[in-house]
Order: sequence, then C-alpha cells, then structure tokens
Amino acid sequence: MEPSLSTYLALSGILFTIGTVGVIFKRNAIGMFMCIELMLNAVNLTFVAFSRYYADVTGQLFVFMVMSVAAAEAAVGLGIIIAFFRNRVSVDVDDASILKN
Amino acid sequence: MITSALFFLFAGLAIACAISLVYHKNPLYSAVSLIGVLISLACIYVTLAAPFIAAVQVLIYAGAIMVLVVFVIMLLNLEEDRPLNRLRYLYAVGTGLGLILLAQTFFIFYAVNRAPKQPVNVDETVGETLNIGRAMYTEYLLPVEIVGILLLMAIIGGVILVRRLSQPQLELVVDNELARRNEAEEIGDYRIGL
Repeated sequence: MEPSLSTYLALSGILFTIGTVGVIFKRNAIGMFMCIELMLNAVNLTFVAFSRYYADVTGQLFVFMVMSVAAAEAAVGLGIIIAFFRNRVSVDVDDASILKN
Repeated sequence: MITSALFFLFAGLAIACAISLVYHKNPLYSAVSLIGVLISLACIYVTLAAPFIAAVQVLIYAGAIMVLVVFVIMLLNLEEDRPLNRLRYLYAVGTGLGLILLAQTFFIFYAVNRAPKQPVNVDETVGETLNIGRAMYTEYLLPVEIVGILLLMAIIGGVILVRRLSQPQLELVVDNELARRNEAEEIGDYRIGL
C-alpha cells in the first residue's frame, strides 16, 4: 500500500507554510534565503507527486528547471548578500534601509 | 507497506528539520537543518519512483547550493540573530498567513481525498534517467536552452556583484560606514567585510 496523492500534497503544503512563516519571521538575509529554498522544495515535491500519479515525465522536468533556477538564485542572491555585507557589515534586513530617507 | 513506512519516517524528519530551520537563530544550525530537509525530500523522491530527481536533489541542492550557503555563512562570520527590533505587526502577519496556508493545505488534503478516484496508472519507468533525458532533448529542448542562458546570466551577475571594489570606491564605502557608525555611536570592526 502506498501513501495517496493527498498525503504528498499535505506534506508539501506543510513545508511551504513553514517556509513562508520563516521568510517573514527571519531577520537574517541568509535565513530568509534558506526559507525560500525550503518553499521551492515544497513545490518540487508537488511536481514529483503529480508526475508519479499521472505517469507523466513533464513534472520531473519542471523540477529540473526549478532546481536550475534555484542554483542561479543561489549564485546571485548570495552575491547580493556579500555586496550588502561589504557596505553595511551586517546581513540583517532591517539594516537595508538606505533608500528609506 | 514499506513505502508507506519510509514515507512517514522521512516526512516526519523533513517537517522536524523545517521547524528547526525556522526556530534556530544561528544561521549555521539553520543551514544544517535545511540539509536535513533536502536529504529527507530526496528519500521521499525515491519512494515516488523518481531516482533521477532524487540524485539531482542530493547533488545540486544538498551538494552545490548548500555548500555555497555554508561557505558564505563562514566567510561573513555571522553571529546569532539580534533580538527583534523589526516591525511588530509583521509577526501577526506571519502567524495569520501561516494559519491561512495551513487551512488551505488541509482543505486540499480533504478535497483530493474526497474527489472521485482517478485511475492511477502507475508506471515505474517514468522517472528513469533514460526517459527524462529523452524528453529533455526532444520535446523540451527550448526550455533547456533557456535554462542554460539563465545560468550563464547568473554566472556573469555573480561575478559582477562580488568583484573587488576600486580604491576610491572602497574609501567612499568606508567613509560612509564610519560616518554612519559615528552617528550611531557604535564604532566596531567595520573592515571585516572589505
């Protein structure tokens, strides 16, 4: 007996919820970045589950694309974090307020 | 039966690691928790008969991306999160949004459970590398090319972002930071990141 499709969707939804709450609660840019990765992974799980239950390879290809985009996001996002740290000596998003005044 | 047991084991592990990711203030502990989530998800992909995606998950996510994240955490020598001075209402917003998303998750769970059962056409060969590769280089060739260009742009962007500043720029940045620190009366070790 296998877990049903709804079980996988529930797990994915719970992980996505935790990721969303984390993005809002974290004050650290790297922490927010990791929570976004968690949300991307939750969505990937949905794709793979649907791919399995419809016996269609498209979902798994989408996961591959999402992973590539996540890799690009990691490169650029961490670059931005390092550039921000150079200017502000902090990765706290509360300090990213140069444009405020 | 064994698939079910493995699924629930790794699902519990994934949720526990995800909560630990949000809970821990130290970014390094968060990173290790995230690696736990990624590995658990890779195991769940195996129970979904997607061995290629499971391997790629471990290689790209747990390998490449997390090494980069841990490297940056070590490079910047981050301390623990300071206690909050962030807008308080964000915590209410976060809690409310989390509850809404959780409610939606349970709604989807029940709705999918109650939906008339689709005939499940189980095909164990779908996730094999051969089939994925065939689809990738025939039907989905254009998206693969576009992803290649995206990765090239990311490489160029990353190099541009973290390039070494020229001397006048560096001095300007240091002066600005010094002025800001003087204003705040908290002169610290501002040269670490430069």
